[in-house]
Amino acid sequence: MRVGLFIPCYVDQFFPNAAIATLELLEKLGVAVQFPINQTCCGQPMANSGYEHLTGGCNELFMKNFDGFDYIVAPSGSCVLHVREHLRSDEAPVKARDIAHKVFELTSFLTDILKVESLDSRFPYRVGMHQSCHGQRGLHLSQMTELVAPQFSKPGKLLGMVKDIDLIPLSRKDECCGFGGTFCVTEEAVSAKMGQDRVEDHLEHGAEYITGVDMSCLMHMEGILKRRDSKVKVIHIAEILNAQL
Amino acid sequence: MNVTGKDHAQLAGAFNKDTQRVNWHDETLWWIRAKRDKAVHGLPEWEALRETASKIKHNVLANLDTYLQQFEVNAMGNGVTVHWAADAAEHNRIVHQLLTKKRITRMVKSKSMLTEECGLNEYLAEHGIEVIDSDLGERIVQLAKEPPSHIVLPCIHKKKEEIGDLFHEHLGTPAGNADPQFLTNTARHHLREVFLTRKAALTGVNFAVAETGEIVVCTNEGNADMGAHLADIHIASMGIEKLIPQRKHLGVFLRILTRSATGQPITTYSSHFKSPQPGKEMHIILVDNGRSTQLGREEFRNSLKCIRCGACMNTCPVYRRSGGHSYHNAIAGPIGSILAPNLNMERYADLPFASTLCGSCSNVCPVKIDIHDQLYKWRQVLVKAGYTPKTKTAAMKIMSTTLASPTAYRLAGKAGRMVIKYAPFAVNNALNPWYKQRDMPEAPKQSFREWYNDNRKKKN
Repeated sequence: MRVGLFIPCYVDQFFPNAAIATLELLEKLGVAVQFPINQTCCGQPMANSGYEHLTGGCNELFMKNFDGFDYIVAPSGSCVLHVREHLRSDEAPVKARDIAHKVFELTSFLTDILKVESLDSRFPYRVGMHQSCHGQRGLHLSQMTELVAPQFSKPGKLLGMVKDIDLIPLSRKDECCGFGGTFCVTEEAVSAKMGQDRVEDHLEHGAEYITGVDMSCLMHMEGILKRRDSKVKVIHIAEILNAQL
Repeated sequence: MNVTGKDHAQLAGAFNKDTQRVNWHDETLWWIRAKRDKAVHGLPEWEALRETASKIKHNVLANLDTYLQQFEVNAMGNGVTVHWAADAAEHNRIVHQLLTKKRITRMVKSKSMLTEECGLNEYLAEHGIEVIDSDLGERIVQLAKEPPSHIVLPCIHKKKEEIGDLFHEHLGTPAGNADPQFLTNTARHHLREVFLTRKAALTGVNFAVAETGEIVVCTNEGNADMGAHLADIHIASMGIEKLIPQRKHLGVFLRILTRSATGQPITTYSSHFKSPQPGKEMHIILVDNGRSTQLGREEFRNSLKCIRCGACMNTCPVYRRSGGHSYHNAIAGPIGSILAPNLNMERYADLPFASTLCGSCSNVCPVKIDIHDQLYKWRQVLVKAGYTPKTKTAAMKIMSTTLASPTAYRLAGKAGRMVIKYAPFAVNNALNPWYKQRDMPEAPKQSFREWYNDNRKKKN
């Protein structure tokens, strides 16, 4: 199995620890992982702002970098959803679809493809799980509170394998944190308020860490936590699944 | 941009100046979302009902011409006069003419979002006709001289104390009395006099049944019935998408409408109006006002399935924290944001961007409109049509060029991290909207790719 590691651009630049944990975790599970060094961005920031027509360059680069892998794995629900739904090529449309279908978000790759049933990790803290919308509602990583359907959670199942972790409940299980890409600056007031409310829910329930499958949501909440001088930290789920504290 | 020149972000920014009010607004609507959840989780067949409703509406939209003609023939056969209005102006003219012919200058109206969309009250006021809204929430916003902020709960943005003040000013209740039961009773007496004296009543339409030519109006207050039964002339205004093929389909729609809207199993009154009472008149106005244009936009056609339950507003984390008026459109929230640009792209270009695309709206929608996908698609249409700021377009072009080149990306990333690390004042200032209420992330000394080159590549 040849797995290509797809690291979102902002994770590469600002959250290398999440990327390192993803790589180490996959290696520990016996996967041969390669990181195509010339990858940049999936193009989502442009597309969600209404400029999908400017993402041709990113699409082409993505296809060049990730051609030939059996699977492409990324520690992000949002970027994976974007590639799955919007990776296009006028010259090679079939290949684009083929590559798009090989892209997996990390936790679903672990549960659905590797079928991980146990992990050798320990994280003795009180942790709040943030459901990132694109992972949850877009990729169906967990059941959504709006639907009348059986409960499940792929990230939740994996966190359940971590020793000594204390997962806290939340008042609003799957409300958006308000990051929303460029929304966080174009709609600053509402975005910040949504983030504050989400953080508050975790704090009220005694979280020491807030985790999730998307670093973008966590970056948003981290910005709010730091502004209020909170000791509570954000941590990507890969870092917990890879932790041996 | 709306008539006041302010867009959603600016109006939402103003709403957020009062944090306590935002909290209260959010909690109130979340409570309704929770009631909805409780009601739908009690029905194991809920998802099947949504699917069925969506498919029935799909059939209606695919055969709208046929159903409209069938409905017209059957309604006329029932003794109803049917009118066709191509746009809001024609709708308003028809209502005005019907009233003028009868020399009526005062009308009572139950809830109709269509008449809000058409600006009927303002139009009739200019022509010397007084309209009193009989839905309690609508009456309250009418007294406040404000538009509704929510399609099901028009005055949800008002606290009971503010309603007490309005009633004191307009209906003579004692100052400082904000007891909901007392105020409701006062409104009841006030409206009773209105019902008894108005010769014309206008109602909206929730469902129009093609096979029978009848209309169904759902209210919790019975105000549509009081108005329509007591008046000499009943005018019902409906958008052409309100049709359902057969009466039996109400068995699906009446079950999903109020569960989605308020968490009730059914509205208190689901009234069927089929033919005029002896000696009285009943008119139905079928209004297009952009609907056939939307029907022709394949990507946005499904928006016409909407049954105006308001569930997407109650669940929307942006709507709950920005208030209905920030959407500067008769229909606010996610559904309003995909309907409004169809009417006027320039005026409503901001609305599809007033969303994080979280997708909760599409999940609660009882007719399964792909609301958040349509928000995404409207963004693409609006950008291509040139309705976004030039500065944003310029920035996006730079971004796309940078991200399409591994070298440019590496340099820009490094530069970005250097700025945050060594010149934080360049980003930690009032010109950066992120920094206003949030700290910037710390810049690590190495990017992941630099780490990878040091720790994996070199070892290999």
